[in-house]
Amino acid sequence: MAADRLTSGQEAGADSLARFAAIWGRAIYPVTATSMTRAEFEQHLLPLARTLRDTLHAERFDPRDAVPVGEGLVAAHCTDPEALPSILGIIDAYLVLYCGPGLGLPAEECRVRCSRLQHAVAVGFSHALRERTLHEQESISRAALNAKTEAESALAASEARFRAVFETAAVGIGIADLEGNVLEVNEALTRMLGSEAYIRHRKAGDWTHPDNGPGTDDTLNRELARGERDHYHIEKAYPRSDGSVLWANVQVSLLRDAAGRPKYQLALLEDITERRRLVERLRHQATHDALTGLPNRALFFERLDRALSTAEEPGADRRIGVCYLDLDGFKAVNDSLGHAVGDRLLVAVADRLRDCVTSPDQLVARIGGDEFVALYADPPDLAAVTDLAGRILEALSTPVLLDDRPLPVHGSIGIVHGQVGGRGAADVLRSADITMYRAKERGGNRYEVADPDADARAITRHGLTNQLPSALRHGEFFVEYQPLIGLEDGAVLGAEALVRWSHPVHGVLGPDQFIPLAESTGQIVPLGRWVLEQAAQQARDWHDRKFTGPAPRINVNLSPVQLTHPDLVAEVAAVLDETGLQPSALCLEVTESALIGADEDALKPLRRIADLGVAIALDDFGTGYSNLSSLRWLPVSVLKLDRSFTRGMRQHPADPVEMKIVEGIVSLAHTLNLTVTVEGVETRTQAEHLRALGCDTAQGWYYGKAGPAEQLHRLTLADAG
Amino acid sequence: MTDRPSWAPPGIDITVPSVSRVYDYFLGGSHNFEVDREAARVALKAIPAIPKVGQANRAVMRRAVRHAVGRGIDQFLDIGSGIPTFGNVHEVVHTLNPAANVVYVDNDPVAVAHSKAVLEGNEHATIAAADLRDPRSVLDHPETRRMLDLDRPVALLLVAVLHFLRDSDNVYGVVGELRDALAPGSVLVITHATPQAGPISEDQRRVQEVYRRTSTPLLMRTVPEVERFFTGFELLDPGVVPLTHWRPDTPPSDEDDPVLLTGLAGVGLKA
Repeated sequence: MAADRLTSGQEAGADSLARFAAIWGRAIYPVTATSMTRAEFEQHLLPLARTLRDTLHAERFDPRDAVPVGEGLVAAHCTDPEALPSILGIIDAYLVLYCGPGLGLPAEECRVRCSRLQHAVAVGFSHALRERTLHEQESISRAALNAKTEAESALAASEARFRAVFETAAVGIGIADLEGNVLEVNEALTRMLGSEAYIRHRKAGDWTHPDNGPGTDDTLNRELARGERDHYHIEKAYPRSDGSVLWANVQVSLLRDAAGRPKYQLALLEDITERRRLVERLRHQATHDALTGLPNRALFFERLDRALSTAEEPGADRRIGVCYLDLDGFKAVNDSLGHAVGDRLLVAVADRLRDCVTSPDQLVARIGGDEFVALYADPPDLAAVTDLAGRILEALSTPVLLDDRPLPVHGSIGIVHGQVGGRGAADVLRSADITMYRAKERGGNRYEVADPDADARAITRHGLTNQLPSALRHGEFFVEYQPLIGLEDGAVLGAEALVRWSHPVHGVLGPDQFIPLAESTGQIVPLGRWVLEQAAQQARDWHDRKFTGPAPRINVNLSPVQLTHPDLVAEVAAVLDETGLQPSALCLEVTESALIGADEDALKPLRRIADLGVAIALDDFGTGYSNLSSLRWLPVSVLKLDRSFTRGMRQHPADPVEMKIVEGIVSLAHTLNLTVTVEGVETRTQAEHLRALGCDTAQGWYYGKAGPAEQLHRLTLADAG
Repeated sequence: MTDRPSWAPPGIDITVPSVSRVYDYFLGGSHNFEVDREAARVALKAIPAIPKVGQANRAVMRRAVRHAVGRGIDQFLDIGSGIPTFGNVHEVVHTLNPAANVVYVDNDPVAVAHSKAVLEGNEHATIAAADLRDPRSVLDHPETRRMLDLDRPVALLLVAVLHFLRDSDNVYGVVGELRDALAPGSVLVITHATPQAGPISEDQRRVQEVYRRTSTPLLMRTVPEVERFFTGFELLDPGVVPLTHWRPDTPPSDEDDPVLLTGLAGVGLKA
């Protein structure tokens, strides 16, 4: 606020001026809109009051000098018209009283001047108020205009952004009215479907494709158009203009007007054609056999499960049929002609099997090497299933021509048919598998129909394999001993330990029936160790009974799997240690085939066992390659001649060729310091021939079948006697 | 559409009265259109002394601002500033401290455009277009960030604006969020419409009716309700009181129009 710069000589005048300003302020302040305090307002009025006084007192009176006073009041926001009477009224009543009359100014002149001053103040007030009003009106209009322009350009920018999103989006966008008339489509949608004209040609609801279920989205779209739902989401196939199919992930949204009424529908389409194709391809790969293209084991089980589950529906009298086909002699083809030929044969067989399917509820799958299976999901009767099996056998009756070479193919089929109450897929397949083996046992190239009693009796590889571990735990195995006889004097030299399985259902099983299974699962390792322990303990018992002469030797078979087991040497040593059996009383039999191709590392365990003093016998000699030269460096001390060499010696006269061969082998073995044992001696004639040929020991029914340890005991005693 | 995305600009509709232009008319200004004046005249008919409330509101704001400057505060955030006419925060502030910074905030595009014109060339005052209902839009506005250092005390002015927010606008949450953004030593200035003693008078109801026609209806709150806004602040003497009772330059007199009691003022200090 302006300071009052009165000189001391003017103090009295200043005082009266201030009093005038105070009276003036008190009158005007209530009708102003100013945010000043009353004191500030009075300070603001002071210079205006001074102008009034100075104008009033001027030597040359010019009322226009008071115009700025009116302007100053407007500037102080005394803009209410109600303020004017107060402003002028105070001037009229108090200005002359406090600030006049001046130097020799007549009172009347003073009054006249005061009146004219008021006119001038009013002029200034009105003028300033008009200017201010016009200015403020203009400035607020300009502000409104600016705001509008800004809003519009912001809107335009946002629309441009939207347009850019719409045009360049990777998803297809289409806008239609509620009747489905297409109003706008973007570039991506045009690309997806073909052309804009092609899209506009039809209504949104007219897009149908045979791959869609009937009325896929009709209901949803009606609900949307009625405003009952705001959006829905579907996967749908569309025909492209070129006739191909577009699969799209579609999101349809309802657009409403400002009042909330349904107005448009907006569809967003994501092209998932490739993704679907890929998924289908992956699914096909996962469910089909790569070699033959037939459905694989996974798909077969999926379909079988489904067939079984629908069969289980309450009240449904549904049946299933399964034909389990195993090619006869396929292994021979693979072994003799190689896997490439075997594969081509399988492909040819698969093609023929495919042709055997006559209805959609039949499925042929390849579930293993040469194992195929045909599923008949809902056969009318057993005859329909056996017809299918018959067609399969018929299809295989003509040899397959590979490189102009005819390869005969036959198969054995196990059929399962019937109402399937509560049977699992694995159970059904096992039953078909067992039945197929029955067909094989009856010579192959035929089918058999499953019968629950036969199933129960059938010994399945599957079942035995699973039961092996618990059988070992439950002590279902036992060892029998077949005597080994010295040919020179007929004395019992020892015995070969042979393991048996006392199966709770199938009775006593021989090693042929379970040793291969034990080898394939690794169970042979614990089983072999158990047999070794049993046999060694038995040999130790015999020894303790103080036989005269050398203690009987015990022969124990060693599987190729055991041979590669890292603990073998330690286990053999431990068994010898625990039983106290002399190492020379133990002979481990290893088949010839187990040693073929074995390098020095593989032979190391055997050598170390031999180093312990344990004898090693080469079992089944003559059934494999019979590499005679290998005999020189293998750590073996006994040659066990296969029974096939001696079949021709059962009668008299013996087969001369066989005699020559055996004579040669014996001579060679003796040269290499090996003893020769002959298996399968069944007649006295045979035994005599073999003794004559120089064989050392023999075993066979002629001397004694495998039996309990006591039997050997008796024989030994008899021998000693 | 009801749920307009936040980045879409609001439309300008000058056929609807605007709170800030009606207020300008009450204060004798001409920054208004006929539609505003029509609304204002209805309100004036019901309560002729309304301009006095506006004046008292401005006066208490001035006193509070002077108090803040006296505390050494040199940053001011005035939300709901409306049409700058005279005696604005920056004028008061800059008289006392020309280097202090003032940020005005309003959601009325016309008020914003006008403020821009008025403040053009002013290095220490600016306007941010933002909405109090979305405190982040205020705090994160580039102008706010440019002009104010929220790590130092700020005077936050919510003068005659909170009564335009309904409880459904989460009004207490809004004030709480702003409070949390303020550094210790900041002050909060609130003025707010309140019902006259007893039930809302017929006159007040008619004024509310006027504001209902604007895009921002007016909501009266009681003293305890206004005090609740100062949660987290130390309420300075004399607390939440009628406008003319808050640290007056001259003692309020019985001659004052009783309508002045329909405005409340309070200032809080953040510890």
